[in-house]
Parts: sequence; C-alpha cells; structure tokens
Amino acid sequence: MIHFNRFTLENGLRVIVHEDTTTPMAVVNVLYDVGARDENPAQTGFAHLFEHLMFGGSVNIPDYDEPLQMAGGENNAFTTNDLTNYYIELPAENLETAFWLESDRMLSLAFSEKSLEVQRKVVIEEFKEHYINKPYGDVMHKLRELSYTNHPYRWQTIGKELSHVENAQLDDVKNFFFRHYRPINAILAVAGKVTTEQVKALAEKWFGDIPAGEKYVRNLPVEPAQNAAKFLEIRAKVPLDALYKAYHIYPRNDQRYYAADLISDILSGGGSSRLHQVLVKEKKLFSHIDCAHFGSIDAGLLCIEGKLVKGVKMKDAEKGIQEELEKLQQNIIPERELQKVKNRVESMLAFEDMGLLSRANNLAFYELLGDAAFMNKEFENYERVTKEDIHREAQIIFNEKNSNTIHYYAGN
Amino acid sequence: MINRSQAPAIKDAVDFEVLLKPYELFKLDNGIPVYVVRSEEQETVQLELVFPAGSWFESENLIASATNFLMKNGTSKHSALEINEMAEYYGAYLNRACFHENATYTLHCLTKHTPDLLPILQEVILDPVFPEEELSTFVQNMKQKLAVNLTKCEFVANRHIDKFLFGEFHPYGRVSNMLAYDALQTESLKAFYKKHYTYNNCKIFIAGNLPANIIPLLNQYFGSTKWNGEEHIIRPELPLLPAEEKKFRIFNDENGVQGAVRIARPFPNRYHPDFGKMLVLNTIFGGYFGSRLMNNIREEKGYTYGIHSQIYNFRQMSGINIQTEAGRDVCEATVAEVYKEMERMQKEEIPEEELSLVRNFMIGSILGDLDGAFHVIQRWKNLILNDLDENYFYNNIRIIKTITAAELQQLAQQYYNKEDFYELIVI
Repeated sequence: MIHFNRFTLENGLRVIVHEDTTTPMAVVNVLYDVGARDENPAQTGFAHLFEHLMFGGSVNIPDYDEPLQMAGGENNAFTTNDLTNYYIELPAENLETAFWLESDRMLSLAFSEKSLEVQRKVVIEEFKEHYINKPYGDVMHKLRELSYTNHPYRWQTIGKELSHVENAQLDDVKNFFFRHYRPINAILAVAGKVTTEQVKALAEKWFGDIPAGEKYVRNLPVEPAQNAAKFLEIRAKVPLDALYKAYHIYPRNDQRYYAADLISDILSGGGSSRLHQVLVKEKKLFSHIDCAHFGSIDAGLLCIEGKLVKGVKMKDAEKGIQEELEKLQQNIIPERELQKVKNRVESMLAFEDMGLLSRANNLAFYELLGDAAFMNKEFENYERVTKEDIHREAQIIFNEKNSNTIHYYAGN
Repeated sequence: MINRSQAPAIKDAVDFEVLLKPYELFKLDNGIPVYVVRSEEQETVQLELVFPAGSWFESENLIASATNFLMKNGTSKHSALEINEMAEYYGAYLNRACFHENATYTLHCLTKHTPDLLPILQEVILDPVFPEEELSTFVQNMKQKLAVNLTKCEFVANRHIDKFLFGEFHPYGRVSNMLAYDALQTESLKAFYKKHYTYNNCKIFIAGNLPANIIPLLNQYFGSTKWNGEEHIIRPELPLLPAEEKKFRIFNDENGVQGAVRIARPFPNRYHPDFGKMLVLNTIFGGYFGSRLMNNIREEKGYTYGIHSQIYNFRQMSGINIQTEAGRDVCEATVAEVYKEMERMQKEEIPEEELSLVRNFMIGSILGDLDGAFHVIQRWKNLILNDLDENYFYNNIRIIKTITAAELQQLAQQYYNKEDFYELIVI
C-alpha cells in the first residue's frame, strides 16, 4: 500500500506527495501529458527531441544540470508514445533546488538555436545507435507501420525517419512547448523524506505563478478493428531468420488489458512459460522467443518475436507458435498456471515498489490514467482475471484476422 | 515575486554524513558465513550465494559460465522445467551470474514464500546433474546469440579492447567463440562444479524483510552437512600479456553508420593508493552526465548520444576505458577530442567550482546508492569479497571530500598520457 496526499494548484498543476521517512533522499517527478502519439505525422520524433531540449537551459537558469549536481542530485527523463516524464533524485535537504529547476523550465525554456542544433545531432546519433546500426533494429518500426493504419502508434518515439528530426525548427519547438508544457497538462509527484506541508509551500512558491495554459484536448485518429491478417517479408544482412507477430489488444484502462497482460506471461514470463518450454527447449525451433506488449494507454500490441534455429523453416516455426496459441484458444488453462502468473505479478509489483523513484514515477503515471489511487488497486485487477477470461481473450486476440506477421530473412 | 535567477541555498556534500549501515554476521553449523542486512519496509527478500567459481579458475574457455548457467537446468530429482515451475509458481526470480572471480546464485522473492523456495535453491546448488541435452541446447542457442552479437560494432569493440589490455589468454581478455562452445563437455562442467561449489567455498549474503527463523532455515538447507566436500581453491596469479601495437581500426560492417570507439589503458587495482583518487578524476573526465567528455563531445559537438569513461573493478589489474558509439564520419575527430581533453586535464588545474560540484554529485550519488537494504548488502558484498572492510569505504568518502585540484592534476599527468592508451575504432 503506497500512501499519498494530493492537491491541485490554482493553475491546474496536480501535485502528489508520498512521504517516506526511511530514506535520506527525495524524488521530484514531473510528468507531461504529451507523447509521440500527439505528434504531427509529418513531424514525428518531436516529443522525444523536445525532451532533449528541456536540458538546454531555461528562461532564468542557463544550465540545468550543474546546479542540480552541485546539490548532490541526479536526473533523467524518458519519452514514450503516451507521455514525457522527467525526474530528479537528490538528498532531501536540497529538495528546493529541484523545485527551482523544474518550475523554471515549466515557466519557459531559453529556446537556444545552438541547443536545438546540437540536440538534433545527438538524437540522430541515438537513432542510428538503436535503430539503424543494430541487427533487426528496424523491425519494431516496420511492425508498428504494418499493424496500425490510423493511430499515431504507427511510429516510434524516436520518429519515423531521420529527416523529421533534421528538419525541426525553433518555431516548432516554441509552439510545442506552450501547447503541452503547461501546468494544466502536468503532474508533479514528490516522494521521500518530505512532508505534505513542505511540498505544498514549495509548490505554491515555485509553480504557483506559472500561467495555467490551455488544457490539451486529445483527439487522435481511431484505429479501426482489423479484419484481415497482414503480412510483410523483409530480407536484411542479419545472421538469423526471425519471426514477428503482433496482435491488437486493449487500452490501459480496460479490464481486458489485465487478461492480455497475463496471457503474455503465460506465453513467455520466465523459464517455465509455454513458448520457451515448447518451442525453445522441446521442439528446438527457436533459440530465443519472447512475448511482450506495449503497455500503452491507447490500445496497444501484443508481440511475439523469435529467432529461428539455423536450418528451421519459417513455416515450421510459425506453425509451432500457432499451435501454442491454439492450445490457449481451445483449452482452459490449469488453475495452478493462472495462479503462477498472478503470483509473478504480485512479486513484480512488490519489487517495483521498493524503489523510491519507481513509486514517484508510478504515482504520476496512475494519476495520468485517472487516479493515483489506481496504483494500490492494480493487483486486485489482476486477481479478478479468471481462467475463462484468459480462454475468451485468447480466442479474440489470437484470431488470425487480428494478426500482423513479419518474416525477417537473413541474407541480402 | 521570487527571484528565479537565484538558486536556493543548498547543504554541501562535505556536510553530509555518509553511513554504511553495519551487517550482522552469522555462522551456519558447517561454518558458512551469512552476512545479513535487515529492513522492515517491504515484504521482499534477496538471498545470494557466492562461490569462487569465476572464469579465473577455468582451464578451458567458457567452463565457468556454462557450469554456472546449467546448474539450474536439471537435478537428480527435477528437470529444468520443474525447477523453473517451482520457483516461478511463487513469483520468485532465481538468477545466476558468472564473473571473473566469482559466480553467484540469487533468489529474489516475497518474504512469505522464502521457506518454500529454499528447498529449490538447495537442490540447484547441491544436486545439479548437467543433462547432455541441456548442454547441447545451451551451446546451440549461445552460438546463435553470439552470431547476432558479432554483427554489432560495440560488442566487437568490447571484446577487442580487453584482449589488447590483458591478453587473449588471460581471463580478463579471453572471449567466447564458436569453437569453445562446441568443445564444452558435461564431464568438465561436473568436475568444475564439484571443485568450486562446495560448502567451505560458499558465502551467503541476505537482505530485506527476513522470516524470523531465517538462520535455522538456512542451517537446515545449507548448514547441516559438508556438502560437496572440502576443496581449497588456490587462486594463481596469471600473467598479463598486453598487445604490443596500440592503434587499431577494424571494419566489421562496410555499411555501418556508426563506429564504436574505445580508448583504454591498464590501471592499478583497488588496493593501490591512486585507485580511490582516480575514481574522482574519472568522474570529472567522463563519469557523469556533466563530465568533460560529455560536455565537449555530446553537448558541444553532437558527435554521439553518449560518451563515458569507466574504471574496471577487476581484482588483479584494473583499466581505464573510454567508450562511445559515434557517427562514422566523426570517429577520428572523437578520438582527437578525447586526447585534447586528457591534455587539458594535465595542463590546467580543475576549477574549484567544478571540483566541488563533482564532490557533491558523488556524495549525493553514494547516498542514493545506500538507500535500502538491498543496496547496502551490495556494498558490503563488494568489500567482503575483496577482503576489505568499512575503512576502505570511508577512506574513499574522505578522498571525495578532500582531494585537491593539484593532486588531481598530478594524477592526470601520470595516467592520462596519450602514448599509454590503446586506441580502437570498430565500424
């Protein structure tokens, strides 16, 4: 049970406080309700590029990192398709430094041309490092494009292509900032050796006078139900054939999401999971196989990806996967197996809650989903899933018409 | 109106008292030491068994890591699947790892499940049988993984640079290869296991919210017999054979859009008086986000997504390794800038403001690292396994708080000489 207090400033900034007296540290987490899904299809990668620019100096503070390091703090940030999250961890005595820094960059950035120029290059190198100069590095991008026809989950946070990042202009940066980076679109979570009174006073002092901004109303293209299987073949200079299959699942706030999540654990959560046991250990069709889903706020994808053992034919490998999925569709799983994946979730949540940073991140995330208190109800949502739910959802999710398949062949 | 240009007052690093929470030490009936750090906050437990079974002690390449990996894949009573099922039923993570010196088995679980999981852990440690089929699947899959990794410039670069520094026959420089996987035999794994995973070579580190009867439980499963007999492991000193050439350019992928840059030199181990001081110099140079290298090569020039300098924590001999993946066209320029930054460290004293920033950053970072019992036991483990105690830890804290710019400059003059460095670019 994670305890917290919550209040909202007049400008709409939502603040969550989690008091933990056992640590000497404090975490200040600022979540902005903007991610790659909010980008213009002709300017993808912008939310993430913007995250880099947030470290290029703000209106009153030329350098963000130096004063924080001076206060013994560390920081980082991440951008997903759904949101952008910034966090600081520092000794609790120096908490105010974090408020000073975060509030100034919420007030306004310095918008330096030099910072934009350099960060464009840095992000391009990041793009190359993770998506171009890696074997199979292009596949998630291709899989998204294949699976989504309308929804902006069609592209990854890094962007659809290098040119989008290369062409970003300072005016775009300014517009983006004043549209999304306003108190009304942000959630502040403060955790650690702090008191709610102290956080209230600091929040009022540093964030209170920032103009509220306009509430960003999200109106994204809706992804229509997929009604025919889709297929793509790729040949690339990689050493092994690989197989990828993606299936549409449910939005994060839908109870069926939890069944889909447990299905991915049944298939590949650990050494006793079905895909690993049958396809890697027994049939030796794959040297590695994994099933994971995006965990995204809008309806995401459940992906199975495997590397084929040399000499195994693609159609045999695919048949192997298909048989495992059909077992889930045809038979109710044993009670003990369902209990196993639920126990796994219980344990995973407990280990996640150990970290102060993770508690602060999660409180802000659940508040974005609608209520920070959801965090404490998460395990109940998993506990409610029945064997029959798994059976029904396996039939729906793994319906051939809902599938997107990539055959990735080694060779030129 | 608040003055936003004015930073709030801060408490300085030198004023923070950094305390390493002590451990409790128990001895099991057969003498196995159990190091314990308790906490009440969460219902979680971490239990680690450590053996001197790292690659240092292997007579054939990969024996140590294969033994460590496959202990979990079958006992005389249960198959790999059954073992995984039993552990995973309780939501536990049973992980293993093999390093240069030591090999470990670690159990992470909820407090309430600890008593149910210890018998499984016991089986894996005391009764593995190394089935032939498990070995052949392991070999096949590891070779496939290696084939994929060999297409990555950074993987290839990491293999080469350690080979240059320590020699390809030394455990620090020896790397996996297809032939070595093919040569693995269950008989050699069994022999290695028998010799290294014995009761008298075992140390146990445990942290978290422990069941009240944890010591009796450990005694029941690990303390009541002299399992696997008594073996005295001799740790031979092994000769280092660094490369003669210093400068290498390797083309791994003619279409590569980036190159992996490595600039490295050997450096004395943690027992040398310069080691603790070098940790500070290294942080300034390339050890944190605001480092000289990051500022120049990422934030100023945009050549890379990140550049870091690290000090190896190896026991016999350490090394300084500067590493980055940079745009193909700017790899040579990156190398030149790294040397320029070294030269600047040698010629100019570090400004007091930068030094004090790094002191504060390092102390803050250590404070954060000591947060929670799992982190504290980790610190103790590193000290204990290297035959050190809290004095070493507190001495390093003292160095961070008191080292002078003049000392650091002298250190740079001694250790940042271009001609001592191996230089590698893999595209």
